[in-house]
This record gives sequence, C-alpha cells and structure tokens, in this order.
Amino acid sequence: MNHAQEHIAPESHLSPVGLYVGIWATLMVCTGLTVFAASIDLGIFNIVVALLIATIKGTLVVLFFMHLKYSSRLTMVTVIAALFWLFLMFSLTLTDYLTRHWATGGI
Amino acid sequence: MATSDVTVDNDLRNAERALQHHFADMEQQQETSTFGMWMFLLTEIMFFGGLFTAYLVYRSSYYQAFVEGSQKMNIWLGATNTAVLICSSLTMALGVRAAQTGRRKLMVVLLLITILFGLGFLGIKGIEYHEHWTHHEFPGPDFHFETIDKTPPVDPTHTEIYFSLYWAMTGLHALHMVIGVGLVSWLVIAGWMGAFTPSYFTPVEIIGLYWHFVDLVWIYLFPLLYLISKKHGG
Amino acid sequence: MEMATALQTVETENYLNSNYGIKSWLLTTDHKRIAMLYLMSITVMFWIGGFFAMMIRLELLTPAGDLVTSDTYNKLFSMHGIIMVFFFLIPSVPAVIGNFVIPMMVGAKDLAFPRVNLLSWYIYMLGACTALFAMVTGGVDTGWTFYTPFSTTYSNTHVIGAAIGIFITGFSSILTGLNFIVTIHRMRAPGLTWRRLPLFCWSNYAAALIMVLGTPVIAITLLLVALERAFNIGVFNPQLGGDPLLFQHLFWFYSHPAVYIMILPGMGVISEIVTCFSRKRVFGYEFVALASIAIAVLGFVVWAHHMFVAGISVYAALVFSLLSYLVAIPSAVKVFNWTATMYKGSISYNTPMLYAFGFIGLFTIGGLTGIFLASLGLDVHVHDTYFVVAHFHYVMVGGMVMAYMAGLHFWWPKMTGRMYPEAWAKLSALLVFVGFNTTFFPQFILGYMGMPRRYHAYPPEFQVLNVLSTAGASILAVGYVLPMIYFLWSLRYGEQAPPNPWNAVGLEWMTASPPPTHNFDETPIVTWEAYDYEHQPQEEVTVGH
Repeated sequence: MNHAQEHIAPESHLSPVGLYVGIWATLMVCTGLTVFAASIDLGIFNIVVALLIATIKGTLVVLFFMHLKYSSRLTMVTVIAALFWLFLMFSLTLTDYLTRHWATGGI
Repeated sequence: MATSDVTVDNDLRNAERALQHHFADMEQQQETSTFGMWMFLLTEIMFFGGLFTAYLVYRSSYYQAFVEGSQKMNIWLGATNTAVLICSSLTMALGVRAAQTGRRKLMVVLLLITILFGLGFLGIKGIEYHEHWTHHEFPGPDFHFETIDKTPPVDPTHTEIYFSLYWAMTGLHALHMVIGVGLVSWLVIAGWMGAFTPSYFTPVEIIGLYWHFVDLVWIYLFPLLYLISKKHGG
Repeated sequence: MEMATALQTVETENYLNSNYGIKSWLLTTDHKRIAMLYLMSITVMFWIGGFFAMMIRLELLTPAGDLVTSDTYNKLFSMHGIIMVFFFLIPSVPAVIGNFVIPMMVGAKDLAFPRVNLLSWYIYMLGACTALFAMVTGGVDTGWTFYTPFSTTYSNTHVIGAAIGIFITGFSSILTGLNFIVTIHRMRAPGLTWRRLPLFCWSNYAAALIMVLGTPVIAITLLLVALERAFNIGVFNPQLGGDPLLFQHLFWFYSHPAVYIMILPGMGVISEIVTCFSRKRVFGYEFVALASIAIAVLGFVVWAHHMFVAGISVYAALVFSLLSYLVAIPSAVKVFNWTATMYKGSISYNTPMLYAFGFIGLFTIGGLTGIFLASLGLDVHVHDTYFVVAHFHYVMVGGMVMAYMAGLHFWWPKMTGRMYPEAWAKLSALLVFVGFNTTFFPQFILGYMGMPRRYHAYPPEFQVLNVLSTAGASILAVGYVLPMIYFLWSLRYGEQAPPNPWNAVGLEWMTASPPPTHNFDETPIVTWEAYDYEHQPQEEVTVGH
C-alpha cells in the first residue's frame, strides 16, 4: 500500500515520538524545580537559578520542539541574532541605569 | 508502523496545487516559508523585548517594591499554567509530526487538544485577572495595594509599576495566545478537509513554530513575575 | 547599443497593461504594481509633509510669532516630522524602488511573500489614514519624538491617534523588511552569489535588518504611551513612579537605527548610479557591502547620543559618544569608495548622476556635522538648536531625498517604459541643490549662534538668516514640483524607453521596459561579476521579451 512515510519531504527531519515525550517530561520537571528553588532563600542567586532553569527550558523548546537542531545554519543565525539584539538593548540601557548614582556616590 | 491515510497521488497532487508560481519547487517554498516565520518570531522577540527592558530597569531600581507585588501572585495557578502550556507544546509538536507522516485524523485530534490546552491557559489567566481586578491591583487612579502580610507597603508607587508591567506583559502574551488558538483552529478545519499531506504541511509547521514561541515567552514570564520572592500568596 | 527608433510602437504585454481595472491593482500581488501603489501613496504624504514645512518656514520669516499661535506651531513641526519620517522617508526607497527592482536584481519572479507584500501596503494605508485623521481632527503637538510625560499626561492633542497610526505603519515596515531579507537569502538565481549581488540589494538587506529588529521596539513603546494616556498608568510618568528617560531609551533604540533605515537604501541607489555613469566597477565592492552591514549593526548601539543632556549618567554618555564616532567610519568608507569609483572613470552627467553628486557632497557635510554632535561638549552647546535641524536635513534631504530622486530618474524608464525630459530634469536637480543649500546652510549658523529649535518666535538678530532659509525653501519647492509635472507628462508624451537606456549592468536591465509581469521567461543563470563594466556583454541574450 502507499505508506506516506516514503513521501516525507526530503529535507524534513522526523523526530521520534519518544523524543518529544522525553523533552516534555524534562520541561515539567524543570518547572517543578523552579517553583521549588523559589521557595528557598538563595539571596542574590534566586534570580540566577530561576533564569538558568528558564533558559534550559527555553533551549529545549527551541532545539527540539521548534526543530532548530535539525534546521539550517541560517535559522540558527537568526536565533542568535535575536538573542544578541536583546542583549544589546538590555546591556546598553543598563549602562545608564546602573551608573547614574556613580556621579554622586564617588568614582 | 501505522499507515497514513494519504495516498501517494493525493500527496503529490496536493503539493502541486499548493506550489506558488514564483518558487522553483516545493522544497524552496517550504524552506522560504519556514525562514519567514523564524524572521517574524525574531520581530516578536524584540516586541516583547521592549517590555522586558522596562521590567529589567524597574526591577533593578525598585527591587523591594517588585518583591511585594510578586507576593500577591498565585504561584500555583501560574505553575499550573506553565504546565498547561508545556503540554500544549507537546501536543502541537506531535500534531506537526502527524501531518508530516500523513496521519490526518491523528493530526486533527492533537491540534484540537492543543486548542483545549490553550483555552485552559486563557481560562486560568482569566481567573487570575479577575482576582487582581477585584483587589484593585490594576494600575491607574483606582489602584490600591495591600501587602500579603498586611504590613504597610514599602514602596506602593513602584509596586504599581510592577503591576503595570504584569498586566502589560501577560496581557500581550494572552493576546498572542488568542491569536494562536485562532490559527490552530484554522489548521483543524483545513486539515480535516485534507489540505495537509506529507509533501505539503508547511502551514502546520510554521504555526507550530509560532505556538512554541508563545510558550517560550511564558517560560520567562513565569519566574520573572511570579517567583521573585519566597513568600507567596495562595 | 539600443536603437530606440527600431522599437515597436505596438505595446507589448507588460505588468502595466496585462490587466485593467481597479480591482486588478487593489488585489495585485505583483511586486511591480505594489511598488507603483506605494509611489502614489508616499508622494501624497510627501506633499502633505511639505505643506507643513511651508507653514513652518512662513512663520519663521518674522521674529515675532505672528502667523500662528505657539500651540499651532507645535502641531506644525510635529506633523511635519511624523509624516516625513514615518510616512515618507522610511518607506521611500525600499517600498517604491526596492519592491520594484529587488526581485529582478536577484533574478526572481517576485518577492518571497507576494501576498504579505500587498498586505504591507494596506497596513501602510491604514496607518497613514489613522495618523492623518488624528492630524485633521486636531493635530498632535508633542514633536515626532513623543517625549513623556508631555505626550502621556499633559498634552491636549490627539496623541493616541497619531501614535496608533505610527504603530500600524510600523508593521508595514516590518513586513517589507522581512520580505526583503527572505527574498535575498532564498530567491537568488543560480550563480548569483553574495559577492555578485548588486550593492543596492546589500544596502536594502542591511536596512531590512534594522526594520525587522528595531521597529517592534518603537511599536511596543508607542503602545505603552497610548495605554498610559488612555488609562492613566504610570510607566513613564515620574509622578506615578515612572522614568521619562526609559521612554527616551526605548524610543531612540528604534529611532536612531531608523535614520539608517532611511539612508542605507539611498546609499544603495548611489552605488548603482555611480558605477553605471562612471562605466567602472565599484571600487572596493566587498568593503561597501560590509560597510552597509556595519552601519546597520553599529547604528543600534549609539541611540543615547540623543539623550546627552536629558539626564542620563555621564558614564553612559561617554560610552555612547565613543560608539557614535565609530558609526561614522563605515559611512566614510562608502564615500571614499564612490569617489574612487569615479576616479579615472568615464563620467556622464545624466540627471541621476547629478543627484548622486549632490548626495555625496551634502551627505558628507551632514555626516560630518553629526560627528560634531557626537562630541559631548559640543552637543551641550548645540543640542535642541537649529544646528541639529540643519544636520539632519543635510543627511535626510540633501542625502536621502536626493538619492530617492536619483533612483526615481534612474529606474523611471524601467518602471514606466518612458524617458523623462532630460533638460527639465537637469534644471530641477540644479534648483533642488541651490534651494536646499540656501534653506539649510544658514540653519547651521543659526544653531551655532543659539537659535533654539521648535520655537515659533526668535530674537530679531536671527531674522536675516531665517528669511534666507525661507527663500531657499521656495526654490527647493519648485525643484520638487517640476519632477511631479514632467514625470506625469512623460507617462503620455515621453520617449519610449529601451530595455537598457543607460547601458547598465544588472539583471533588471535585461528585461523589457516596462517588464512583463513574470519578469523573466526563464530563471537567468548568472555567470558574471557585479558591475562588470569592463567586460559588459553586448546584450547577447535578452531574458524576457
């Protein structure tokens, strides 16, 4: 009979169902982890841990659910560009906010 | 492996029908459309990015005010919503996979479940919004803020800014969810009528990308808005 | 060489006559027709913006604020700026010339997403109508910069309407940029490597990057302004805990790169024209291409030079000042390379080349005065004076609008199948050059002497220069009216244009004038380098009849 498996578009990568379920499970665990970590007082590191876990989750979503791992280099460059431009906007804006008090404080 | 319910002829005819005149072949069309969606998501990242910048600036300047505001968030509803979206991303990814393997009915079912998860998210968000609204935790002249333990607020003016950002960021996110639900609904209808086959399922793939992106934004919103402090509202 | 007389008077089928009726235009997905739709829209907006400019210059004929009240004057300069920046300059070259020419330059039948292209135009029209409605029903007086808390709290004008109009049009820009980037990456003909791509494509690609990365930020910012105004929220209002400088950071994060959205496509036009009318390859092609990308990237890290005296940290100001000096370097590279291209070239003084000369000189002046402004000490003195006004009009009008005129003249035969009258065109170019300098050079002096911008009255000692400036503006206006007239005239009475009236190298010149709807019968295969004027093929193959 005609199995459509033979007619997957040549450039498309087919991930196994198990992979998706595995990623899903990891994401759920990470969510639980981040809620738990927020209940412990780590001082300044609370935000670091939270963002770290969020970034791990985000990376998994982008790499596997959004197939970035199996996409072209151009797509990868696009994602990196997005992150880089966000970084520019955040960091250069902060050069103002984080140094405003320097003039009165001392340096 | 399970058989698909698409014949080779159907598949090829579908691809032919869907090929636009200015593309050399379906491969070019599919790659181009996917790249186009990634570019669009890049613009969305910068769109939300402006709000994240505002959040960054105000949180770094008025941390205590943000802590007190965050304590009024319902962390369990937020965490549940996070889980709901992650589940919806799973069903969406599996739905795309079903389209890719020509399993039309399975694809439709998975996409319908995705929609249900999406509506579930919006419902829970609605409950949260209602809670905040009735407690006057909405910026503007009627804003009124009480701390979680009834102590006097340390900086209510800037906690109002926290709530402005909360409503703006989650509101914009919810709007994107609504659009997402609309797009996936279209996929369900078109998919049911046989529009997507292994040689042409580009709309499913690119709307899938959009859906995952909306999930991704929430993955960051949740800790930034809900988990600032270890004392939380119930 | 082309023998124009041998061309048939019977019209061959082309994109203009392939379909008649308004529906065939309003529902078109042909990039060439969409470009023509944009041409009509932005021309209308240009004249509306020009009308406001005329009112400004009339008021400034006398030191007293006697023509209009100060409130009205505030609306005039605001609306002039909003219309010229968002509804004329930003779309001009990309939406009109880029849309028309880029698919042909890459050997494609259309842009990557033709329906998105049409949507782009409709979104532009919706945004323009919204903004115009706000202007007609009362106007907006915040300046095109919408600084808070005046725009969010204290202004009594139609801020929300104007902001929403710009917000909507922003999406038009985003979609156009997205379309260009995807097209240039994915739709190039076989053999057309990045190194063979016309510099016009490189420039528009760089501008498209900015459109896509920057515009969303101003979109969200204006949305916040509208929300704040409507619901009395306080994100930017100091009385409610907000920081007005945050608005400025977010606003200028887009609006500075926006000036590069405006100038880069113009630079692309100049690259095409200089090489063609010097009969020489562009000197340092790779450097010019990379300079475009460098301008796009560096343009994103200099925005706070608009905020030097607004209250930002002096340490941040130092960082931004240094970066602002850096961004001038790639622009200078381009100017050097254009000049070197002309050296020992065989120069023809056609109208496009005259505008290109004007561009190179005036953009250089404008760019150099930008360096003055990047210097912290100098900026303290001239910020918010006419020095700044002169600076940006030199780059935007002396630079960008001249480039737009150059491009219109250069590609007019391709777009319409007609030649414009060369003598009248040369006269107009001359009038534009003389009128422009008479209008704006005095403003450098005025600014340096201390005349503030955005004031409808000024001390009497500034009058002579202001009168000179207004006189120049009337000459400039004539210089712009004439092309309106002769371009329209040429549609009916102009000489029929051959496929390649300038003997230029490039895929678009290998199609008929005007081209058929599908551009090329078969996808061309590119085997030659860009601007190969030394080995220019003598039209052996016309691709597309």
